[in-house]
Amino acid sequence: MVKEEKEIANRPDNTAFTQQRLPAWQPMLSAGIVIPGFVLIGLAFIGIGVALFVTSRSITVLEIDYTGIEKDSACFKCSNADVKNCVCNLEFSIDSLFEGPVFFYYGLSNYFQNYRKYAASRDDEQLSGDLDAFTAPSDSCSPYDYNGNDKPIVPCGAIANSMFNDTFVLYRVVNGANKLVPLDGKGIAWWTDYNVKFRNPSVTPLKNAFNNTVKPIFWPKPAYQLDASDPANNGFINQDFLVWMRRAALPDFRKLYRRITDGEYAKGLPAGNYSLTIAYNYPVQSFEGRKKVVFSNVSWMGGKNEFLGIAYLVVGSLCVLMSIVMLIVYAKFKFPEED
Amino acid sequence: MAFWRRKTHIEEERHVKANAWDYNENFSYADNHIKTSKYNVLTFLPINLFEQFQRVANAYFLLLLILQLIPGISSLSWFTTIVPLVLVLVITAVKDATDDFFRYKSDQQVNNRQSQVLINGSLQNEKWMKIRVGDIIKLENNQFVAADILLLSSSEPYGLCYIETAELDGETNLKVRQALTITSDFGDISKLMDFDGEVICEPPNNKLDKFTGTLHLRDSKHPLDNENLLLRGCVLRNTEWCFGMVIFAGLQTKLMQNCGRTTFKRTSIDKLMNTLVLWIFAFLICMGVVLAIGNTLWESWTGRNFQVFLPWDDFQSSAVFSGFLTFWSYIIILNTVMPISLYVSVEVLRLGHSYFINWDQRMYHSQTNTAAEARTTTLNEELGQVEYVFSDKTGTLTQNIMVFKKCSINGQTYGDVYDEFKQKGEITEKTDCVDFSFNPLYDRGFKFYDGRLVEAIKLEDPAEQDFFRLLALCHTVMPEEKSEGHLVYQAQSPDEGALVTAARNFGFVFRTRTPETITLCELGRAVTYQLLAILDFNNVRKRMSVIVRNPQGQITLYSKGADTIIFDLLDPSSQDLMYTTSEHLNGFAGEGLRTLALAYKDLDEDYFEIWMKKLISASTVIENREDQLAVLYEEIEQGLKLLGATAIEDKLQDGVPETIASLALADIKIWVLTGDKLETAMNIGYSCHMLRDDMNEVFVISGHTLLEVQQQLRSAKEQILGLSRVSSAGDVEKAEMFADGSVYEETIIAEYALVINGHSLAHAMEPQLEHVLLDLACLCKTVICCRVTPMQKAQVVELVKRHKRAVTLAIGDGANDVSMIKTAHIGVGISGQEGMQAVLASDYSFAQFRYLRRLLLVHGRWSYFRMCNFLWYFFYKNFAFTLVHFWYGFFCGFSAQTVYDQWFITLFNIVYTSLPVLAMGLFDQDVSDQNSLHYPSLYKPGQQNLFFNKRQFFLCTLQGVSTSSLLFFIPYAAFSVLVKEDGSYISDQHVFAVTIATSLVIVVTVQIGLDTHYWTVVNHFFVWGSLIVYFAILFAMQSDGMFGIFTSSYPFVGTARNCLSEKSVWLVILLTSVVCVVPGMAVSFLTVELFPTLTDKVRHVQQFRRRQGPQEQSLRRVRRTSSHRSAYAFSHQQGYGELITSGKNMKMSTPSSTGSPGRTPQSSTWIENMLKRKNAVSCVSDESTGAPAKTD
Repeated sequence: MVKEEKEIANRPDNTAFTQQRLPAWQPMLSAGIVIPGFVLIGLAFIGIGVALFVTSRSITVLEIDYTGIEKDSACFKCSNADVKNCVCNLEFSIDSLFEGPVFFYYGLSNYFQNYRKYAASRDDEQLSGDLDAFTAPSDSCSPYDYNGNDKPIVPCGAIANSMFNDTFVLYRVVNGANKLVPLDGKGIAWWTDYNVKFRNPSVTPLKNAFNNTVKPIFWPKPAYQLDASDPANNGFINQDFLVWMRRAALPDFRKLYRRITDGEYAKGLPAGNYSLTIAYNYPVQSFEGRKKVVFSNVSWMGGKNEFLGIAYLVVGSLCVLMSIVMLIVYAKFKFPEED
Repeated sequence: MAFWRRKTHIEEERHVKANAWDYNENFSYADNHIKTSKYNVLTFLPINLFEQFQRVANAYFLLLLILQLIPGISSLSWFTTIVPLVLVLVITAVKDATDDFFRYKSDQQVNNRQSQVLINGSLQNEKWMKIRVGDIIKLENNQFVAADILLLSSSEPYGLCYIETAELDGETNLKVRQALTITSDFGDISKLMDFDGEVICEPPNNKLDKFTGTLHLRDSKHPLDNENLLLRGCVLRNTEWCFGMVIFAGLQTKLMQNCGRTTFKRTSIDKLMNTLVLWIFAFLICMGVVLAIGNTLWESWTGRNFQVFLPWDDFQSSAVFSGFLTFWSYIIILNTVMPISLYVSVEVLRLGHSYFINWDQRMYHSQTNTAAEARTTTLNEELGQVEYVFSDKTGTLTQNIMVFKKCSINGQTYGDVYDEFKQKGEITEKTDCVDFSFNPLYDRGFKFYDGRLVEAIKLEDPAEQDFFRLLALCHTVMPEEKSEGHLVYQAQSPDEGALVTAARNFGFVFRTRTPETITLCELGRAVTYQLLAILDFNNVRKRMSVIVRNPQGQITLYSKGADTIIFDLLDPSSQDLMYTTSEHLNGFAGEGLRTLALAYKDLDEDYFEIWMKKLISASTVIENREDQLAVLYEEIEQGLKLLGATAIEDKLQDGVPETIASLALADIKIWVLTGDKLETAMNIGYSCHMLRDDMNEVFVISGHTLLEVQQQLRSAKEQILGLSRVSSAGDVEKAEMFADGSVYEETIIAEYALVINGHSLAHAMEPQLEHVLLDLACLCKTVICCRVTPMQKAQVVELVKRHKRAVTLAIGDGANDVSMIKTAHIGVGISGQEGMQAVLASDYSFAQFRYLRRLLLVHGRWSYFRMCNFLWYFFYKNFAFTLVHFWYGFFCGFSAQTVYDQWFITLFNIVYTSLPVLAMGLFDQDVSDQNSLHYPSLYKPGQQNLFFNKRQFFLCTLQGVSTSSLLFFIPYAAFSVLVKEDGSYISDQHVFAVTIATSLVIVVTVQIGLDTHYWTVVNHFFVWGSLIVYFAILFAMQSDGMFGIFTSSYPFVGTARNCLSEKSVWLVILLTSVVCVVPGMAVSFLTVELFPTLTDKVRHVQQFRRRQGPQEQSLRRVRRTSSHRSAYAFSHQQGYGELITSGKNMKMSTPSSTGSPGRTPQSSTWIENMLKRKNAVSCVSDESTGAPAKTD
């Protein structure tokens, strides 16, 4: 081909791309890669698994169901839906120091926050403080968009309407006397939620923004009066409201209620007896739901999670096992290099 | 095309009057404007959209879109469907628009060609599209005929004109058309102006070889037929000018009527895909039903009671109705199992593969400057599954170039090369060829390697001289001397050209001929012979002779013909020579050469006179003239003296035997279908190694009746089966199988070949015999069908297609191959030659048969492999993606709640995961092209449909389903108790969605990484790019800014930030990804180790010998010893002897006169163009040394 290159129109370009000769990495699942790879993955997973498992073991969780279905339950008296403003006391004791910081959750079971129509029943524009959406809530909120008198409901929708409204007061029983354990409700929701996603309308006082609207049907108080103690914690950026509005992915869930971080409890809950006073308002019996309170501390991996540790251990061991099988197969059936 | 047909009224009869526009206007015939483009700017959108929505897939997605707009069941926003749908529609529309634009441009180009039209008494240049029916136009030499015109007059005597019909039927020989005598003198414009004849003829139709009409001229009627008509698309040759009257114009011309829409070919993968899509649809319905039932139960057990918090809608009266609505909702969210982008991605891949074929330099032929072309872009993967190749012979396997290779003169053979040890050497490119420069008129293209022959000529050995004198005299070749010493021969058959050229180089130059004389230049001396008679060739005689008188007055008869015939006519004195020559002939035949015996006889003057008188009287007889002539010829051709024999090589295309051998190793069965004779076909069979002497039996089926054919077929089949029954043990079993009529090809070890001629084939194709034929043919290694008509070619292909469920490929170069090219699954045309018909009908075209090897073994195999991997991954990916919703249904009250963000659903298929798989589908190579060629067996999995079939589909969906369940259940188990490091709540729906989505993207990206064998830069870019883009879009979509602008569309604001900063979320993602990917890795490693396929082995070898040079397959042409002779150095038709002696086709023009005005410089004589490709008769052109590496 030393011949002078005639410029021939039809000759295809001689480039690596057109001739499918692009330089390429051609990996193969060869024994030299796969078997050590499996061993490595296995060992790494076992390592992570052990760490997770140990950490998870060190996390303390105290979980108490207070639905009141059982007759001996402290809240049995409240489980009747006819009883209004029922209050029940839950007694429990802690044997050793419950290391802090301790987090106080409420939990619900068989509660479908992830049901499609329920999930859609909200108006994000309204919740971001858009006053137009105050007067005309989105259709998606139906049937909680207008009340019987055609007044717009704010916040509209089934999620807001069904906000969890049991309240809890924790006492430590010291020498027979109840000593209030201070609960910290600040910053229990996501920062992005109360700074970006949910905004109160910029109207002062906040109450005026809610003129000509009505509160959700189930709510005892309007949104601007959710927290009497802290004016900044009202409206759509009320922490409890935010926590509730962040829908659970699964029908059994727990949501953060308060932190126990103040003063003497910063190190944790000391051993002893405690009494939890519950204002029992939230009906769950009709759909066989369950309510519970959970006290827990956390670690680098978050809350107690035995599943992850065990899963890592199992997967890691399987990888190692597999690598042994593959090694045997490779040694026995290795096909000849030359054909 | 279809539109205009509807508009025109049914035309019963056509009336066209010359020079009468007003009259012709009444009939509103089509003008000469052609339009093959479908759209214009305004109609594009509606028509294109209408066409696109006729596709089931698009219509389905449109339906989904409508479902999504119904509020009660809309589980997904409308944009999740409309964005991909619009994308798909736009891509297709752009492709359609470009195609149409190119059609428009080519239409414009044709429409704007210039033509001379007679307007108002003068010839004026006019665009083609302005030509109307009834116009009189003038055509000049080498011009395309603008419309179907009635020939009125021409520059040639008798109103003759010559046309080349290559564009119509692919035949490159010239055809004669003749004007009616009454119009043939309309040479000047005034006469043409006055011409007012009216033609009444048939309406437009597509029959190229038929035309009936009458010309009414001044109360007289003249019948018209096809001989008077010049069709659009023909080229005028060897005729200075001609006038014609337009009969059919534009779309009504026969050419345009013939370019009907070719039937749309579908690949087997297409069909499989359609089946699978139906299955998936059924699966989708099943899932919908299951979930709908689930919803009904859930609503009646839980939902009914949950109404405290979520009351039922007014219209939702019962749980069953809710279930019904849920069904539709789930159809919407699960629709992604049937990916909208599948079809468009497959099209993109095929287009890419087609471009790779077009771009392949190794399928570019530099001599003809022709690159391979994928004319159909939808069949590529089918190239990887071909089982049967049907090949034409002439022009496909052979070059149709005859080379004078050897000869036997007076008992001495010439043509072999001997080295210094007197051993026969191999002729290679390096062998010195004989120097003919002693002869000023020699043809440079001619190559001969045996120097002894020239020596003998120089020594003026009489036998050698007579030998070449005969070759120079006894033929019907026409010489053309364009300039002094520059001779070009125009031969009717390439064999003759080869012989005359040989004589020319050896010093017996055939220079000029007149009807009565032949002038030779014998070793520099001009000698004129008087040509007394030509005893022409025909199929029965198998010989031709000339009788000439030399300047000394000696009358000699020179004869050449088939050896068997000539030997019978020999004088006893030639007996000994005959035996020697016969031996030589056997040797020639053994090398696959075509042989002819040459003989002469000196005639007595008186004897000749008497004979000549008899001849003249016989040739005036009307009845039985042929027979009487034959008797006379026979009479004089007696007692001949043998001179020797010639051996001509019917040159195969380069690399044909290697290609055939290679394809045979790939289990591709090659059948040769040729219109040629049995002998020639078999001859080529031998030289291609399709037939070999060591074959157990070559069955020749040539019966004339159905019964005979049946007999022959049956006995052949019994012989094969009988032999194998004897040769193996389990004969009882086999006998039973035989009784069932089933065929067990695998058990046949012996090699057989079947040769069948067209006549017998016609019988064998009848319904009661076709199975026998097919069974027999499939038992044979080689099948050759000769003397078959184009229609029979198609029937044979159809037969195999129908009964074998195998992919067929037909390859050919001529118009007679068009039918089979169109019938076969894949049609391949040999391009770069004159006829375009085959190429136009083909799906792929290239210049040389040997490129078939690369097309199938490399491009076909890769395409199939890539397409299968692509589909495998595509289905896997969509199942893994979609079925998560199914599992989630069980935990969200079967409410059709989506797991993912809606934007993720919208973008998953078109952005996050589309490019890596496309890159794999375009660039992946499991083994290199060299190894694909080196190990033809790698091709076999394609034929057996192994890479993607229903089982593979099941496996990939299984992997998809299990991946989806892992993707759901691992986060499910982890999320029930997940909290953030600061104790706050994180197991919410949005975090769940982002976690699963991230895991999914990682898993499918890792999977495509594992499936990619060949990581080019593009792959790296797409794979890593996809991951980066995923995270970029994730964060962008969930950013404050987006939420600020479109509050209700981006409810996920902040989720990614909150959850992807948590270690626990990453631990879940890591666990999920590893668990999803690792088992597949282990399985594929173990399969490779335990059950390695050939591909795995070759990859292994490739890995170790990455730097292995291209290996030449050692399939050198072996000398074979065979006794099959073929003596057909003649074309099939009767010679031109009569035309020569009558002088009808002789032009009295000298070389200088050809430069007269009105003629193009490359003016041509009567058969120049027919022979363009055989121009340098029997020579390997010089350029071949500069050709790229022939095969690798």
